[in-house]
Amino acid sequence: MAGGLKFKPKLVMTLTFWPNRKYWCGKLVILHFSPTATSFPSSPNSLHSCARQRLRRLQKEERISFTLIEMARSLAGFLVLLLVISICEAASLFQPISDSHRSAALELFTSDHGSFKSLEETYEALRTFQILGIEKKPDVTAAACRSISETVGSSSTPKDLFYALKANSIAQCKIHEKASKGIISSLNAAVGGASLLLDFYYSVGGLVLIKDQSSKADIHLADAEGVFRSVKAFSQSDGRWRYSSNNPESSAFAAGIALETLAGIVSLASSELDQSLISTLKNDISKLFDGIEKYDDGTLYFDDKLVDGHEYQGPLSTTSSVLRGLTAFAAATTGNINLPGDKILGLAKFFLGIGVPGDAKDFFYQVDALACLESNRVSVPLILSLSSAVLSLDKKDSLKVRVTTVLGSNAPPLTVKLVGAFSSDSKDASLLESQELKFDQGSGLHILNDLPKSIDVGSYTFVFEVVLQEPEDEKVYVTESQTKVPIFVTGIVKIENSEISILDSDLGSVESQSKLDLGGKNAVSLSANHLQKLRLSFQLTTPRGRAFKPHQAFLKLRHESKVEHIFVVGNSGKQFEIVLNFLGLVEKFFYLSGKYDMELTVGDAAMENSLLVAIGHIELDLPEAPEKAPRPPPQLVDPYSRYGPKAEITHIFRSPEKRPPQELSLAFLGLTILPLLGFLIGLLRLGVNMKNFPTKPVPATFAVLFHVGIGAVLLLYVFFWLKLDLFQTLKAVGFLGVFLVFVGHRTLSHLAAASAKLKSA
Amino acid sequence: MGRASSKEDAGALFHSLRSAYAATPLNLKIIDLYVGFAIFTALIQVVYMAIVGSFPFNSFLSGVLSCVGTAVLAVCLRIQVNKENKEFKDLSPERAFADFVLCNLVLHLVIMNFLG
Repeated sequence: MAGGLKFKPKLVMTLTFWPNRKYWCGKLVILHFSPTATSFPSSPNSLHSCARQRLRRLQKEERISFTLIEMARSLAGFLVLLLVISICEAASLFQPISDSHRSAALELFTSDHGSFKSLEETYEALRTFQILGIEKKPDVTAAACRSISETVGSSSTPKDLFYALKANSIAQCKIHEKASKGIISSLNAAVGGASLLLDFYYSVGGLVLIKDQSSKADIHLADAEGVFRSVKAFSQSDGRWRYSSNNPESSAFAAGIALETLAGIVSLASSELDQSLISTLKNDISKLFDGIEKYDDGTLYFDDKLVDGHEYQGPLSTTSSVLRGLTAFAAATTGNINLPGDKILGLAKFFLGIGVPGDAKDFFYQVDALACLESNRVSVPLILSLSSAVLSLDKKDSLKVRVTTVLGSNAPPLTVKLVGAFSSDSKDASLLESQELKFDQGSGLHILNDLPKSIDVGSYTFVFEVVLQEPEDEKVYVTESQTKVPIFVTGIVKIENSEISILDSDLGSVESQSKLDLGGKNAVSLSANHLQKLRLSFQLTTPRGRAFKPHQAFLKLRHESKVEHIFVVGNSGKQFEIVLNFLGLVEKFFYLSGKYDMELTVGDAAMENSLLVAIGHIELDLPEAPEKAPRPPPQLVDPYSRYGPKAEITHIFRSPEKRPPQELSLAFLGLTILPLLGFLIGLLRLGVNMKNFPTKPVPATFAVLFHVGIGAVLLLYVFFWLKLDLFQTLKAVGFLGVFLVFVGHRTLSHLAAASAKLKSA
Repeated sequence: MGRASSKEDAGALFHSLRSAYAATPLNLKIIDLYVGFAIFTALIQVVYMAIVGSFPFNSFLSGVLSCVGTAVLAVCLRIQVNKENKEFKDLSPERAFADFVLCNLVLHLVIMNFLG
């Protein structure tokens, strides 16, 4: 690769990320929330690339805002600017629950012929299907009813009863009178004997559920105030709660559970509870919400400190639990819980920003929390979303905005105003006046049909404002005061007046000039020597008639030997021009003369007609390379030939040694026998006799046995050579040897005695 | 003159050797014959190897060494059995023969293992 390309990789990166850069930045946040991870990044520093960009933009914003205050163009612009500075959140896009959630839910909550592994999972699946509006499958309901009746019939722990009753509230299976009486009595006993927070939670929660499900309406807690106080004893001053009086660890997850339990106690109380208890609890809730944590893009969440590995729940379940507790408590008590609306909105953005979780439990937490946000007595958040954040000027796309609740249901009557549009590059005043979007009753969309002339191709931040039409709705619903949405506008960029020419270096006079056809049909054929220059020029104009600087404007020259050189085409305003002075480039081109292919690349994310086109050839005549000239770098071998299969190697076995002809071997075998025959004949000639052989029977047998023994050993050796292995032979030799020694000793001692007798005689 | 006398001397030497040899006891002659047989067998094997090459070298070595080994053991036996040898007066010939047999058996076990 030639020089002058230092910024190519970065530009290519931005090319792929540009279309929804801020959206992708927001998404990068979410990608950290992988379903299998149990801990979130402890600080927003892991998103530091997005944070840095936003910080830089904010700093630039502040600088430019000061200069603009001096030259305030109009009061309206000035006010809008102040509003923008006051809100430090960055632009991001959130979508409410959609059909992709429903199909993901069907995939995640798989059951084995309708039954799940535990009652908890059964309840989670049923609740998720209920919230998303997915039809209940009969086998799921039947299996749920079976496991519920099993749990309810036998004596189970309060935890199992709690989840069974929770599942039953959705599955609506019938419970026998006797069984429900048994449940009520066991749960009442559990409430009386509870000492841990979770014991209270399961028993009180179970009583609330059975009250709704059974025909008996008069289930009351015996000493509601006492139970309330004992649960309240677990609370801490910072708004978090402990699990038990022994364990000093406190968590927000426990706070959510405690709030749910207390809401249950309030609803089960036979008489009004002391209002001071309720108001202290509302203070606790405010303190808990003071400890809420924040991400850069405006999402809020609760998280606990990671102390004990398996007790740690993770931000998703913790926030979901707190929200459940809060909405349950708000539903059970009268009066308002004063929570600022932007906290509810921040929580809604947290859950929506996750997208579609990949884990069933995470999915349940998300959907359950969103269901709490959808309808609660505190405030219902309304989300502004766009179906598409990329608009095309040439296709005349219109800006379509939808305002819904978090689960996608319709919002109350409201108007959406586009109060400003800001270009990402410069932080000047808004590019358009505040205007209201038209509401289309049929589709429920707020539409802006034509983008104003001030919006050209590029990346913008649009600022929307949502105003509720009925004043009573303001007590129920809450919207963001200013929603910033990243919008990317694309269009066809006109490329005009493209021409290529060869100039004489000294005089600057044009030798040959031709118009470039960037459609790629007419290839130009030029020739030049090292004393000349090549000039390429064209003009780029946006659909609105302004100058345009694309991300990529390159001219590539490739030699026949595949050596490439790339040059950046610079610009001034609309005119793009590059002049290649071959005199200075001779060494860079490695003195290679010959035919060079020329290729022009003009590309940008906002250009719908980016092009990469071969414009023709140029025959370059360069001088000869001197001795010390650098050689061109070795070109890449075709990867298929380098990494492809090599020639097959066949193993050459060691050729066997040349053996002598068999006849020769047999002849010598015979020759070897000859000396033996000679020995025997010699013995006969010498006159050997067997006179010394013992005649008496006992020594004779021993003598015979001695000779037999030797013969046996020799035979054994023959077998050893033919068939046996050393160990077998050694074993046999051992036996035969012992025998031979004994026999030989007898024989030889007899012979010795006989010769001694002969000598003395 | 010298040559004729040396020839005569050689002939006389040869005859005297022969007659002296005839006086050796029978058992020693048997042993000598055995030694000659063993050496002759070794020589034939060496000639064969010279012709065909030493490919299974272990076999060649095994064969030659068995012959040479047994010849050596036989020479030892001859020394021990020879009555004129004063050193081994106390050793009975039967004992020497027993040693000969035992050592031969061990030698041939090793040879058979090495033959391959």
